Amino acid sequence: MGKLDGKVAVITGAASGIGRASAIRFAGEGAAVVIADLNSEGGEAAVRDCKEHGGRAVFQKTDVASEPEVKGLVDRAVKEFGRLDVIFNNAGLGGAVGTIEEITGDNWDRTLAILLKSVFLGMKYSVPEMRKLGGGSIISTASVAGLAGGRGPHAYSAAKAAVVNLTRSVALEVGKDRIRVNCICPGGINTPLIYNRLPGGRQVGEQFLAQLQAIPRAGHAEDIAAMALFLASDDSEWVTGQAMVVDGGLTAGGRLFGQDQQQRPTIPGGFAGPSFEKN
Amino acid sequence: MGRLDGKAAIITGAASGIGRATAVRFAGEGAAIVIADLNAEGGEASVRDCKENGGRAVFQKTNVALEEEIKAMVARAVKEFGRLDIIYNNAGIGGAVGPLEQITVEDWDRSQAVLLRGVFLGIKHSVPEMRKAGGGSIISTASIAGIRGFNGLHAYCAAKAGVVNLTRSASLEFAKDRIRVNCICPGGINTPILHRNMPGVKEAMEQWMAHGQPIQRAGHPEDIANMALFLASDDSEWVTGQAMVVDGGLTVGSQFLDQTAGGERPQTGIVPQGFMGPSFEK
Amino acid sequence: MGKLDGKVAVITGAASGMGRASAIRFAREGAAVIVTDLNEEGGSGTVAECKTLGGKAVFQRVDVSSEADIKGAVDRAVKEFGRLDIMFNNAGLGGATGPLEKVTRENWDRTMAILLGAVFLGIKYSVPELRKVGGGSIISTSSVGGLRGSGYLAAYCAAKAAVINLTQSAAIEYGHDHIRVNCICPGGVNTPLIYAGSKGGYEEAEKNMARMQPIPRAGRPEDIANMALFLASDEAEWITGTAMVVDGGMNTGNARFRLSNLANAGFSGPSYTRGS
Ligand SMILES: NC(=O)c1ccc[n+]([C@@H]2O[C@H](COP(=O)([O-])OP(=O)(O)OC[C@H]3O[C@@H](n4cnc5c(N)ncnc54)[C@H](O)[C@@H]3O)[C@@H](O)[C@H]2O)c1
Ligand SMILES: NC(=O)c1ccc[n+]([C@@H]2O[C@H](COP(=O)([O-])OP(=O)(O)OC[C@H]3O[C@@H](n4cnc5c(N)ncnc54)[C@H](O)[C@@H]3O)[C@@H](O)[C@H]2O)c1
Ligand SMILES: NC(=O)c1ccc[n+]([C@@H]2O[C@H](COP(=O)([O-])OP(=O)(O)OC[C@H]3O[C@@H](n4cnc5c(N)ncnc54)[C@H](O)[C@@H]3O)[C@@H](O)[C@H]2O)c1
Repeated sequence: MGKLDGKVAVITGAASGIGRASAIRFAGEGAAVVIADLNSEGGEAAVRDCKEHGGRAVFQKTDVASEPEVKGLVDRAVKEFGRLDVIFNNAGLGGAVGTIEEITGDNWDRTLAILLKSVFLGMKYSVPEMRKLGGGSIISTASVAGLAGGRGPHAYSAAKAAVVNLTRSVALEVGKDRIRVNCICPGGINTPLIYNRLPGGRQVGEQFLAQLQAIPRAGHAEDIAAMALFLASDDSEWVTGQAMVVDGGLTAGGRLFGQDQQQRPTIPGGFAGPSFEKN
Repeated sequence: MGRLDGKAAIITGAASGIGRATAVRFAGEGAAIVIADLNAEGGEASVRDCKENGGRAVFQKTNVALEEEIKAMVARAVKEFGRLDIIYNNAGIGGAVGPLEQITVEDWDRSQAVLLRGVFLGIKHSVPEMRKAGGGSIISTASIAGIRGFNGLHAYCAAKAGVVNLTRSASLEFAKDRIRVNCICPGGINTPILHRNMPGVKEAMEQWMAHGQPIQRAGHPEDIANMALFLASDDSEWVTGQAMVVDGGLTVGSQFLDQTAGGERPQTGIVPQGFMGPSFEK
Repeated sequence: MGKLDGKVAVITGAASGMGRASAIRFAREGAAVIVTDLNEEGGSGTVAECKTLGGKAVFQRVDVSSEADIKGAVDRAVKEFGRLDIMFNNAGLGGATGPLEKVTRENWDRTMAILLGAVFLGIKYSVPELRKVGGGSIISTSSVGGLRGSGYLAAYCAAKAAVINLTQSAAIEYGHDHIRVNCICPGGVNTPLIYAGSKGGYEEAEKNMARMQPIPRAGRPEDIANMALFLASDEAEWITGTAMVVDGGMNTGNARFRLSNLANAGFSGPSYTRGS
């Protein structure tokens, strides 16, 4: 028996990385999945992957920044599978990069449209369908960059922080409808978003990302898919408005003294007394 | 196949409430469990519940405030099941309550000993065993009272905040050993800590607590057990140092302007639907 | 006219570092200060400096982990200056350090008593006096270590986090008495707490600590004293239950994982398109 038997899910950005891994995981747990992405080739491949895992899936070419296309996406789920239980607003990219002075107004707008407006649209059009069923689960991919500065480019960080707080305010509104609204804040995940731009590709990504956080390995798309599954399933029936951090310990803190997280202790065991006592 | 097959877990405060629901859930997923609690009668009943759910379980009478008893509890897991993969530091009390000026130092210390020191001791003595097993998962029950203040619950609030941050610092230390450290912050859960097993009170609380948060039903121990299962299982292999909130949306925020928590329509009537223009425009 | 004219303050840990800087700042702004510490020599030095600046100050030896001593400090304020307006719970130390498994229960308890229990006691005994004068300000020194964990400093971090939450719940309780309760979370401040134990002393620490946050200089005790002054003064009349971060930007995040390092200025499109 799967944890999502009989449920229908829409996943955006499911042609690649986190979205694709989640589609496969959801399919394996019995969900019917609508794969949405700009990238048709990757999207069709994700459909095949889902089918191999015993699930049902269809591809819908979607630009998540476009209101008619997001509406069309939700309609497709209902037309194809008769209902909508879960939406995972996950599509994303790096967007505008560079110093604050270099970022153009146009690139700022494009970034916010893809990373933030898309989440708003996904929520707006899925809520009525979920309400019909007496409940549902809305999940979005935010980022650790939405929780603290310095972990992403400016526009990206601002958009992701906005996703975190939009998650909270919408959770308050639709709780009474038993619709849960949560987001996930991944740390450094070795997906094409990262490694397609690294000289050396995936392997270098794996090494580079392993050094960032307390757990000495890179994050994988499957780590996020596991959290998405928990949030999509009835196991999280009383969880709403949360930003779930899956980051191998990146944001847990650091060493107050000494920078390298994985370094052996330089502070001896014992008791540091008042500063005026010499020991 | 269970999600905890072959794993051995200790759960403190497992004679009742959240701890008991978690023990039953873990047992159903294949774990062997040491039920630790002060309360022997409830503890033995939990053992029976676990067995009915197809798992192995033993009871160990433990006061989590005492280092010797924590040590004995860890030793029992190893003696009984040969290893330790999971510890869930969950035992708890309300502790010193009421106006701060009236709290005695003795009650303050007793509260901290159970709620904060108990967690420290649980971590301290389970780590060496988990390291032998090549890794493990440490879970503790903090509370939303560890991330927000609550009037009249000073000692409890301070201790639970301590648990949240101890979780973070310990996670940094043990990550290299593949030991993950996380905690859960429950909202209002209808357990004996609140209803004290008094006749009729549980049912009354159930109704009253339904209106305490956006999701309009009281929290149940199973809600927390589900999160504990996720954190105990390999699904959360890359999750560490986190405080997971399971509260039906209680701490998400409050409806500031046009709605009451839970989404009912206008109380204030300040904010119309539509778009709020510049204030100089009427 | 000083910002604290006519007010009376108790400051713990005022023989050194932030406590001392705050005592001097408070005295300069017209407050009468009870300088308390374990360290009598340092404490007398602080008193002398306050007086040089024309302020009023007395020293009282206090071990903040002793209930009687804290009560004594509050009583001294009332006996000496007739009232109490400001309580600054600041005394501190590193406490139990090193791998968590090696931390003994005794060291854990001592750390909690000094860093957390003392704040509880400071609130407990100051509240009745503050209430008599129609309100007041309680300030405690937490730390950025109370907002996030740190390996090998678990007891310190747990205690400092607990101070923040205690601040919040006490703020809720005493709001109607016009008693404000806030805390300060300093980042890396170059005080004897840091440099007394390091080989290169003050100079070396100054250099190392300059690199720990966006603003490229070490924190100074005066940075914290400035915030304490603000919280102690009537300018902060509507501020309570907060944890004020004074850290040169340390807690804002870190620059280690900067996607912007991976690409030049421009727009980074969907990953399947590869280029920018
Ligand atoms: N990889 C990480 O380290 C990391 C960290 C934190 C957050 N995230 C977030 O996770 C999400 C998934 O990213 P990923 O790492 O799997 O990257 P990915 O590039 O592998 O996948 C993202 C997918 O989104 C699609 N997409 C981009 N713009 C779109 C648009 N306008 N309409 C429809 N689809 C579009 C892409 O084609 C791609 O298939 C993103 O929101 C990203 O910001 C990633
Ligand atoms: N119920 C809630 O609303 C709520 C909310 C947030 C957090 N919590 C926390 O959840 C945890 C479990 O609480 P619960 O609601 O299941 O309550 P409960 O009273 O049903 O269970 C707590 C168990 O802990 C045991 N215990 C108490 N002191 C002990 C000690 N010194 N040594 C060993 N065992 C001891 C009790 O005997 C009891 O069986 C506690 O840490 C509590 O603070 C509960
Ligand atoms: N220096 C930093 O980087 C930093 C950062 C964050 C928080 N803090 C906190 O700031 C506060 C002040 O520290 P500082 O940096 O000025 O250090 P400091 O060592 O210069 O001053 C602390 C004072 O507290 C006194 N003290 C210690 N134990 C005492 C006790 N039991 N009773 C009475 N007095 C006692 C010491 O004698 C000393 O005079 C502490 O609470 C500390 O934890 C410091």
